[in-house]
Amino acid sequence: MFWQLFYTYLKIGTFTLGGGYAMLPLIQREVVDRQGWIDEEEFLNMIALAQAAPGLIAVNSAIFIGWRVGGWRGVCGAVLGAVLPSFLIILAIAMVFREWKELPTVEAVFKGVRPAVVALIAAPLFKMGKSAMKPSAVSRQPSALFLLISLAAALLIWLAHVNPVWVILAAIVLTLTVVGIQQSTFRKQK
Amino acid sequence: MLYLQLFISFFKIGLFGFGGGLAILSLIQMEVEQYGWMSQQEFVDIVAVSQVTPGPIGINCATYVGYTVDGLWGSVLTTFAIVLPSLIIMLSICKAYFWLQKRFTGNPYFEQTLRALRFTVIGLVASAALLLMKPTTFIDPVSWIIFAVVALLTVSPEFIKNKVTDVISHPILLIVIAGIAGYCIYG
Repeated sequence: MFWQLFYTYLKIGTFTLGGGYAMLPLIQREVVDRQGWIDEEEFLNMIALAQAAPGLIAVNSAIFIGWRVGGWRGVCGAVLGAVLPSFLIILAIAMVFREWKELPTVEAVFKGVRPAVVALIAAPLFKMGKSAMKPSAVSRQPSALFLLISLAAALLIWLAHVNPVWVILAAIVLTLTVVGIQQSTFRKQK
Repeated sequence: MLYLQLFISFFKIGLFGFGGGLAILSLIQMEVEQYGWMSQQEFVDIVAVSQVTPGPIGINCATYVGYTVDGLWGSVLTTFAIVLPSLIIMLSICKAYFWLQKRFTGNPYFEQTLRALRFTVIGLVASAALLLMKPTTFIDPVSWIIFAVVALLTVSPEFIKNKVTDVISHPILLIVIAGIAGYCIYG
């Protein structure tokens, strides 16, 4: 089981560009359609969990499926398979990049690439905002209130250089407090 | 001491890295800037490299920072450190899966916190982009033109959905084109 999971995730890790989200369809094809290790519904639950839990989505999903399919050995195989390709590729690049960086040609290329990278970070915000604003069944708060959290988080980190860790913790505490107050007034009304 | 510092930093990044790849960038940026492990330019360059190589951005950044700070063992350590929180948390979730499902589905505290985190992540990604809009990355007006064009092409499928926008919005293609443009303009 170790090798099977290792091999499957190695394949997924080697052939997906663009990080965790891009991996999900491939994981689904391998794990659900081809190997039949878990069914569709459990896969969807898995994605929800892998996204809600902190950490890299690809790694989180590897841990979940590894555990479900092969216990401890499965976890080791899947995680190693998911991590190893990018680890080795970046290691190889890091070994040469420090010297190449000084070359005028490479520097010129990166002068063009850098603003493009910032655009690639910024542009998905549009989609993220749109999908986060979708009304959900569980929420009684209007989304505008939540947008304030986004705005505050961006400004605190950008201008005040607050560590994102504190921003995340503050958002959690704030939400729990607000929900707590709502719950207690709701109960009193009853 | 250095090993401990590297370990703590990347463990923290793994532990608070909600929302995956892009959201993790601002965390990594803060940590590497604080300890001077990587210049801002190097950071952008490695994000660029991550976009065109396979694998999660978090692993790519961890491996690169580890290697630049302390060679092979540094990179093994940082990669292990960023994965470790996931291992602990996801395995706990797996073990208590049914209990958690019963307890937390529909729980307002849990659901609203998840919702708030989604919006926090939007702020985190925005800050990662804003932090990089500096003279080190935007050296002249041409940089802003490249930025605007790439941003527009990336969101183009949101407005016009066809084969052309599907192809021209691909990040790898955009990075390669920006690189060629850089070579022609600055080379």
